[in-house]
Amino acid sequence: MIKFLIKGLLRDKSRSRLPIIVVAVGVMLTVWMHAYITGFMGDTIEMNARFSNGHVKVMTRAYAQNIDQLPNDLALLEANELLEDLRVAYPEIYWTARIQFGGLIDAPDDHGETKSQGPALGLGLDLLSADSPEIERLNLTKSLVRGRLPAKNGEVLISESFSQKLRVNPGDVVTLLGSTMGGSMAMYNFIVCGTISFGVEIMDKGTIIADIEDVRHALQMENAASEIIGFFGDNFYDDYLALKKAQSFNATYESDPDEYAPVMKALSQQGIMGAYVSMAKVWATYITMVFVFAMSLVLWNAGLLGGLRRYGEIGVRLAMGEEKGHVYRTMIYESIFIGIAGSIVGTSIGLFLAWLIQKYGIDISGMMQGASVMMPTTIRARITPVDFYIGFIPGLISTVTGTMLSGIGIYKRQTAKLFKELES
Amino acid sequence: MKNLTLITLALLAVLMVVEASAQDANEILRKVDRNMSSENRIMESSMTVRGKRSNRTIISKTWAEGTQKSFSEYLSPAAEKGTKMLKLEGQLWIYSPSTDRIIQISGHMLRQSVMGSDLSYEDMMDDRKLSDIYDAKVVGQENIDARNTWLLELTAKVADVPYHSQKIWIDIERFIPLKQELFAKSGQLLKRTEMSDVLLIQGRWFPTTVLYKDMLKQGGGTEFKITSIQFDQKIQDYIFTKAALKQ
Repeated sequence: MIKFLIKGLLRDKSRSRLPIIVVAVGVMLTVWMHAYITGFMGDTIEMNARFSNGHVKVMTRAYAQNIDQLPNDLALLEANELLEDLRVAYPEIYWTARIQFGGLIDAPDDHGETKSQGPALGLGLDLLSADSPEIERLNLTKSLVRGRLPAKNGEVLISESFSQKLRVNPGDVVTLLGSTMGGSMAMYNFIVCGTISFGVEIMDKGTIIADIEDVRHALQMENAASEIIGFFGDNFYDDYLALKKAQSFNATYESDPDEYAPVMKALSQQGIMGAYVSMAKVWATYITMVFVFAMSLVLWNAGLLGGLRRYGEIGVRLAMGEEKGHVYRTMIYESIFIGIAGSIVGTSIGLFLAWLIQKYGIDISGMMQGASVMMPTTIRARITPVDFYIGFIPGLISTVTGTMLSGIGIYKRQTAKLFKELES
Repeated sequence: MKNLTLITLALLAVLMVVEASAQDANEILRKVDRNMSSENRIMESSMTVRGKRSNRTIISKTWAEGTQKSFSEYLSPAAEKGTKMLKLEGQLWIYSPSTDRIIQISGHMLRQSVMGSDLSYEDMMDDRKLSDIYDAKVVGQENIDARNTWLLELTAKVADVPYHSQKIWIDIERFIPLKQELFAKSGQLLKRTEMSDVLLIQGRWFPTTVLYKDMLKQGGGTEFKITSIQFDQKIQDYIFTKAALKQ
């Protein structure tokens, strides 16, 4: 019977082509939308993870409490030993030490006196180790506007707009004026080796990036780090996993009363990013649900219309003696075929479109001028396992439900009145 | 009619008392200024910063002339040794031997902490006489460390002051402040200072130990101790030049 039904569908294009197209369009939009939302939310989280939060971050308890102030006087001591311990305990996570700091950058004139000054937000990270992935992680090579990346100690990258404000060029000396870990005044000379632009105003305002050993030297933080951050192997944030790791790490220090004992925080436990991750989860679910619901209504309606359109055909079949239950079941079987075929076509096209946006992205840099939050300038979709089946919810279930509802009318038709109906 | 006259007289009396009190308060402040300000001074001091993790003591020598010129050289610890600061007519320059740079501190940087202490550059620079920048009012008398004090409320009469108002406890006999509370315009308490070890130096009373506490900062405060001070000494002019910073 299934073969017979499929043959019927294929031969009668009015019963197959349009319904499949309608289902495929709805499913395609659902799949594409889900991948797009997942990608956009995930990119923002990943960007913040790469620059600041990591997927997990280890710091002292005291530092964690005042993290917004970048209190390097509360930084981790014996950071290299802790880094090794973390690498042994959690080999699946890539660990690296970083120092975030604030200060003032002073550019000298020809006489060595202040020519220009500006507040800077600094990042000390492993730039000079041969196997360090930090340059790639922060996309520094592509962000380079002038000059080159640091190749030796004493060199610094500064943001392009900051360099223009300070009127400095690659090769010039600038002085960092900040605060040492002990609270003293820190003055340290750097040579500007290059300028960078991330395309995010908050990062391009006054960012300076130097090798962590230089920053340690400048801020008298030998073997110290404000934070040790960890990234999962696939470079994709998994909140459940991150929270689990943080919980297991923190359990080992639970009985330690020292306020400088290390504490691990998942990205979702770090200030504003916590709220963002929760919001992203809720938004992604909410938007997807609304869209799936809307598409379900459309496809349900299409199923209903399909059933009603065949009112006359069903009348003839009943008049010829076909059982009502049989007619009803065949209509449902047909809608299952339509739903499956439309969902497969729609999912395939939706995944293809999502893949295009995942690979090439949509440039929104023009809309990001003046943005005060760290967001990507290129939106990319992200295909996840959910995208392979989410389209079947509206595509199959709604189509079949619509047909089932419209088919109920079959049982209400009276055989005695059929010929009269057919005559008219 | 008789009642009206009595009320008028009473009001006049109250006004005269208020006026007299204000005059007294400003006179007290002028006497404080006579003790605390000088034509010039040379002093050596130690500044102990009580941090959350550890304490640090910084030794320095300062030459000051009037309220507009001062020059400080940090003598220890090794990390600070050779760092010099020059204040001239409201401008501040810092020299660090490690960078061999003279850097001007201006704008919001003046509100930053000096060497991680509870003092800001602004605090360090503002040597103006209290009577020149504040209006005073006596609000009571209190005992501090067994000394009778007047409690004065000061309100800024000029715009460019770091603290809009102050409460200041003045030793009744010696006319030196024993305690200060410094407030923002919003009324928030920003800093508290406590003075002690009051000595009679060259005919004037002078507190040689001051405990500063930045109320917005963690830690145990900063103890500023004057180990030697000489008033009205001859200071050579070259000290107050930028050239002296690199010498």
